[in-house]
Amino acid sequence: MGLANWIEIGRMDELARLDTPVHRIDARVKIITSIAFIVAVMSFPRYEISALTPYFLYPLVLVFLGRIPLGCIMRKMLVAAPFALAIGVFNPIFDRAPAVVINSFVISGGWLSFASIILRFLLTVGTALTLVACTGMYRLAGGLERIGLPRIFVVQLLFLYRYLFVIADEGSRMMCSLELRTCGPMGLTRHVYGSLVGHLLLRSMARAERIYRAMVARGFSGEIKIMRQTSLQSADWVFLLGWMAFFVAARRWNLAAGLGSLVMGGGS
Amino acid sequence: MHMADALISPAVGGTMWVVTAGLIAYCARKLKRTMNDNLVPMMGVLGAFIFAAQMINFSIPGTGSSGHLGGGLILSVLLGPHAAFLVIASVLTVQALFFADGGLLALGCNIFNLGFFPAFIAYPFIYRLIVRGEYGTVRHVARQTPDKWPLGNRRGAWVAAIVAAVVGLQLGAFSVVLETKASGISELPFGTFVLLMQPIHLAIGIVEGLATAAVVAFVARARPEAVDAAPVAMENKTHVRPVLIGLAIAALVIGGAISWFASTHPDGLEWSIAKVTGKEKFSGSSDAVHQKLAAVQKKTAFLPDYGFKSAEAKNAPVENGAAEAEKWPTVTAGTSVAGIVGGLITLVLACLVGFALKAHRTKL
Repeated sequence: MGLANWIEIGRMDELARLDTPVHRIDARVKIITSIAFIVAVMSFPRYEISALTPYFLYPLVLVFLGRIPLGCIMRKMLVAAPFALAIGVFNPIFDRAPAVVINSFVISGGWLSFASIILRFLLTVGTALTLVACTGMYRLAGGLERIGLPRIFVVQLLFLYRYLFVIADEGSRMMCSLELRTCGPMGLTRHVYGSLVGHLLLRSMARAERIYRAMVARGFSGEIKIMRQTSLQSADWVFLLGWMAFFVAARRWNLAAGLGSLVMGGGS
Repeated sequence: MHMADALISPAVGGTMWVVTAGLIAYCARKLKRTMNDNLVPMMGVLGAFIFAAQMINFSIPGTGSSGHLGGGLILSVLLGPHAAFLVIASVLTVQALFFADGGLLALGCNIFNLGFFPAFIAYPFIYRLIVRGEYGTVRHVARQTPDKWPLGNRRGAWVAAIVAAVVGLQLGAFSVVLETKASGISELPFGTFVLLMQPIHLAIGIVEGLATAAVVAFVARARPEAVDAAPVAMENKTHVRPVLIGLAIAALVIGGAISWFASTHPDGLEWSIAKVTGKEKFSGSSDAVHQKLAAVQKKTAFLPDYGFKSAEAKNAPVENGAAEAEKWPTVTAGTSVAGIVGGLITLVLACLVGFALKAHRTKL
């Protein structure tokens, strides 16, 4: 987890502060729609490829309508890719049964399911990142709370997010000073590691204590108040129901194959 | 060890979501009753600390590799299992949302694998058993000897941390294997997957245990009162019941998911078990093929203009004849060619819609 990642998180925060139609949609609606999207995508049988393609519409619409730079999302997806690829790449090895024959060209089931895994990965990860980029942590947490997550967990999320950068800064300052005091790149021994991270822990705990006192001084009584948002607007309902209908339709019928056969049927 | 959405079926992901949500609700209720106010910022900041600590690596002598703090165990030691579970859950949520590390659907699985096992299994049943004491935490050990850990206890704490970390990660890794197999998307045989995951996580576990022990030992030595002052929300007795209930629910749910998938996807877990035990006969296969073919036919009826209708009929006898589960392709040439063409067109269309919207926006 390098420093570049942290800068990227800050970038997500900036994006979340934009004001576009997508940003204005209620956080709850976006969360529920995105989860429905992921469930719909993952509910396809393992060899499915073409029927998944219509689903790209959802993240792409969010990305473009929310004015989120596609490159930013892509870069983050690349970082996350290894696990899905590492497990998925075994499919072509273990599943060699021929699945598709186009003229004399044979594709094995493993390659099909591997391609399907990659598509699913792009769809689900892309959507999750887009959701965050066009909502932001604070509205997201507010939405989660109103959906019914325990208050204490939502508060924990907000606190974690708030102090992520602060403590990470502290950590990278310590690493920086360590590097300045050693000759060249050098791995930490276990002993040094223990005291370095231990100090970081002590500092973090001391900070938590200071934060607590500051909170008490400002009237904290064990409950954190989260600002309530307004009720759902008509645009929210349109967003929710429209996308749900689309997901159901794309799940029920293979829209891509339908389009393909329509084109091919019309052509020949 | 973060699982990705792309390998999880909604049934497995959803059930693990339910299990995890239940655990979160349970911990939240538990904490609400016992917690001090100052645990709120402490949990948040320690979650952030875990993030920061994971950026710092230490080198493992003689191997050239490096390791870092895992999180679950040290949080349990510092905060007690309930608060630790909530902190781990929040850390994984932020990782899923901002780092794309693990997905939303897989979040339930990830929280369960990386949170439940260290906090509710490894910590109470291993760490605290080895580090004997009234509480079994550093707190207690530190109180006994303000300046230094006694040698015996100190060694005990190291052993405890390593064994607990290893066991926690082994269980977590095995759970990853089970969940992935139950999802039936990865083709990796069960045995191979286990052999792949467990040794890797044995190494990771030892490293995590070393790191945890190093940090805990340092803090207990340097400022025992700081560990002592940490608001530990924990009771004297370990409750076995929630653990058993949690495990039972998870087992039921995973078992249910597996059996359900075994009937529709014969080459899920059963296939790999059959492979492992050497039995090649598979009874559910023809049923599944029929179901699948029926589904294909339904689709064909919806799209009457199929290009390669005959291919389906040609494939059918082959499929029925195949006893082995791996030979039941669901995609026939007819669907696939139309699918490829349609898929490409759809992709282009989706992009065009996006670009049109973008152009529209920038004009405004």
